Amino acid sequence: MSKPIEHDYIGLSEQQLPSMEKSSDKKDGLHLKDTELRLGLPGSESPEREDHDQNVLSLKSFVSGAKRGFSDALDGGGNWVFSGGSGGGTEGLFSPRRGGKNNGGKDLSGSDSGSVLKDGAAQKPSVVQEKKPQVAATSSHGNGNIAPASKAQVVGWPPIRSFRKNTLAAHPPKNDDGDGNAEAKLGSGCLYVKVSMDGAPYLRKVDLKIYGSYKDLSSALEKMFSCFTIGQCGSHGVSSGDGLTESRLIDLLHGSEYVLTYEDKDGDWMLVGDVPWEMFTDWCKRLRIMKSTEAIGLAPRAMEKCKNRT
Amino acid sequence: MEPSELKRSKDSPNSDESTRRSSFPDEVLERVLSLLKSHRDRSSVSLVCKDWYNAERWSRTHVFIGNCYSVSPEIVARRFPKIRSVTLKGKPRFSDFNLVPENWGADIHAWLVVFAAKYPFLEELRLKRMAISDESLEFLAVSFPNFKALSLLSCDGFSTNGLAAIATHCKNLTELDIQENGIDDKGGSWLSCFPESFTSLEVLNFANLSSDINFDALERLVGRCKSMRVLKLNRSVSLEQLQRLLVNAPQLAELGTGSFSEELTFRQYVELESALSNCQNMHTLYGLWDAKGIYLPALYPVCTHLTFLNLSYAALRSDELAKLLAHCPRLKRLWVLDTVEDKGLEAVGLNCPLLEELRVFPADPFDEEIIHGVTEAGFVAVSFGCPRLHYVLYFCRQMTNAAVATIVQNCPDFTHFRLCIMNPGQPDYITNEPMDEAFGAVVKTCTKLQRLSVSGRLTDLTFEYIGRYAKNLETLSVAFAGSSDWGMQCVMGGCSKLRKLEIRDCPFGNAALLSGLEKYESMRSLWMSACNVTMNGCRLLAREMPRLNVEVMKEDGSDDSQADKVYVYRSIAGPRRDAPPSVLTL
Repeated sequence: MSKPIEHDYIGLSEQQLPSMEKSSDKKDGLHLKDTELRLGLPGSESPEREDHDQNVLSLKSFVSGAKRGFSDALDGGGNWVFSGGSGGGTEGLFSPRRGGKNNGGKDLSGSDSGSVLKDGAAQKPSVVQEKKPQVAATSSHGNGNIAPASKAQVVGWPPIRSFRKNTLAAHPPKNDDGDGNAEAKLGSGCLYVKVSMDGAPYLRKVDLKIYGSYKDLSSALEKMFSCFTIGQCGSHGVSSGDGLTESRLIDLLHGSEYVLTYEDKDGDWMLVGDVPWEMFTDWCKRLRIMKSTEAIGLAPRAMEKCKNRT
Repeated sequence: MEPSELKRSKDSPNSDESTRRSSFPDEVLERVLSLLKSHRDRSSVSLVCKDWYNAERWSRTHVFIGNCYSVSPEIVARRFPKIRSVTLKGKPRFSDFNLVPENWGADIHAWLVVFAAKYPFLEELRLKRMAISDESLEFLAVSFPNFKALSLLSCDGFSTNGLAAIATHCKNLTELDIQENGIDDKGGSWLSCFPESFTSLEVLNFANLSSDINFDALERLVGRCKSMRVLKLNRSVSLEQLQRLLVNAPQLAELGTGSFSEELTFRQYVELESALSNCQNMHTLYGLWDAKGIYLPALYPVCTHLTFLNLSYAALRSDELAKLLAHCPRLKRLWVLDTVEDKGLEAVGLNCPLLEELRVFPADPFDEEIIHGVTEAGFVAVSFGCPRLHYVLYFCRQMTNAAVATIVQNCPDFTHFRLCIMNPGQPDYITNEPMDEAFGAVVKTCTKLQRLSVSGRLTDLTFEYIGRYAKNLETLSVAFAGSSDWGMQCVMGGCSKLRKLEIRDCPFGNAALLSGLEKYESMRSLWMSACNVTMNGCRLLAREMPRLNVEVMKEDGSDDSQADKVYVYRSIAGPRRDAPPSVLTL
């Protein structure tokens, strides 16, 4: 069993995971209200997942409808660990993710919420990039000749034209709808889309907001659906269980018999990866892991890859 | 061409007028002078001799009046019979910040009446800080059949009804530029008043207005005005509508987008990007209200040839700005909000080596609690990357003397240095010293400095530096600074080219005011508010200098002897007769 290196996507810190590994009974540790499907293998999970044969078994158990908390799935959790967002500011569903943006995100009243994922605000204010101790507005005024009681009362200061003042007041600068309000953010802070896979008996749902890039999504889906594909791609079997490496993931999804597609707002099925990530999260309505044989019209590139491999 | 000709003729002896007249007929002189555009050159020319004065006045077609009360419309009309274009400025600049009473004056109507009689072929009117009513706009619209260009900046007193009159009657209109005015927005129907046969518009700027306009009317208007090169939309125009407009106007050189934030489908996004990429002439981009970072890549095709990017209404983060600027290598002018923070400004320094002008506006100027925005670090970063920087307007909450010294060392060519440390009287936040040395460094290093705005905690030493070194300074703005009369005296004594001085909340009193006695006639104006000037001091000034108008604005409930707000300006028109009761002319 491997110790997960990354934070798993449901926001457990590294300290918590060892305890996860020990106990296979910890089903409720994560409060996964928002996921609809709860999947996991009977008994201990990860070692079985690493075993091809047992994956077949696990398929059957899935079929039989056994539903388990994700905590089961996560026991020993190497395979079920998803890397989280690409940087600070990504907001796990279940617990605040630490990480003010280092690139200047800040908690403006009315300003941006943070990360690339547009995931709404953190449940606590994002860490402000503090450079140096700011001279407090009311302190060390020096012996300024005038010391106004408060800035707001000084007429015409700072010298900003009325038009600009009124414009900013009426529409406070912000990047996302709603700002600073954790409750408001939660509602709009998730972007669940269904993920189907050709040949799999059931669908999954993923929250696109928690991923920062295509790579992250790809890894996550790979891990999610690996049980279905192992039988077909034996040569890409899970390695020693140190977590799925990225190249293997890409191989599996792009190099083998499957391509990842999505349905956009127009209802068209598109190949995942063409547009910038942020745009993709906006447009994507659902995902489908498609057999590349079916993706002929859609993804000629994938077809070629497939040919190259066989 | 003509400047060298003029130089030769200036150098030749002009004492013998008859000889000169025979060798240099008036008609030739007029023809030559008609090529002179700069009003300063023309003023110089008119002082050479009487012949030149006459030739110049007959050939002048554009008049610039920096203070509408320095002269009367009758005097202007008498001197310049052939004017086609007028630029007129009214209220003191501090009226932008609500320091001037509402009904102070600067009404355009009296001017229009004279112009209608004397300049029936008037084509252009550009007004700044004037009061203009709907009746005046209607009068303008019907009185001048050749009228082509109307530009209103920071004016007030009118509504969209006035704009409707302009649109209805001005058949030859090429320019309608409505910027940052106190306008009563009664709706967008004015835009539909342009007749269907109207095709001459080249410049349309209605970004100031907030209400919805009839988009179909706008689309048709843009479609048939094939010479349109400047289009600045208001916030009510959506991205999708923008795309439709751009498809019909790829020739645009300047674009102010509407709102940049609605939800777009992938297809709409691609179409927008495509429409923008067809605009090969576009060098200026404004607007981008509420810009969403994810749509900014649509601008990339345009960015490569942009020279002016105004993001001061788009609250971008540093990463969003950085990504955008990576595509803007030719940028010369950049306006941003301080939401981009120092990191965003670092990106400016890295990506825009040709930058000449930077303005950083505060997104949240009135909230003291929030710690954000830009600091000295951002400014320094820009200075390292942009050696050609010569115009800066920078709002920040902290600054150091050392940083400013570094900045001007990197950029010694500043002509306009406007630094606003938003907390009044704030010292260098590291050393706790006054910011004297910062501005000292500016005036010592930047010999071309024309305009300076100071802030932070400043003693008289700052003004000693200014008086001693800022020999090209023309405009100086001072707030919450100085220790005694000596400071202002240094400025009055040392800055020989000073034209505009505006001071608020400083400990300068009568001695300081009166030290400029000789100087005010060579200046356009002086403003002093919340200083230590008394009524007696003002009366003395008025008595000694009859060609100055000395106006005092009293505030309710203030001490009778204090002169709360003083506005002094030279005038050949005498004291004005339209001052409201709160304004006393001494």
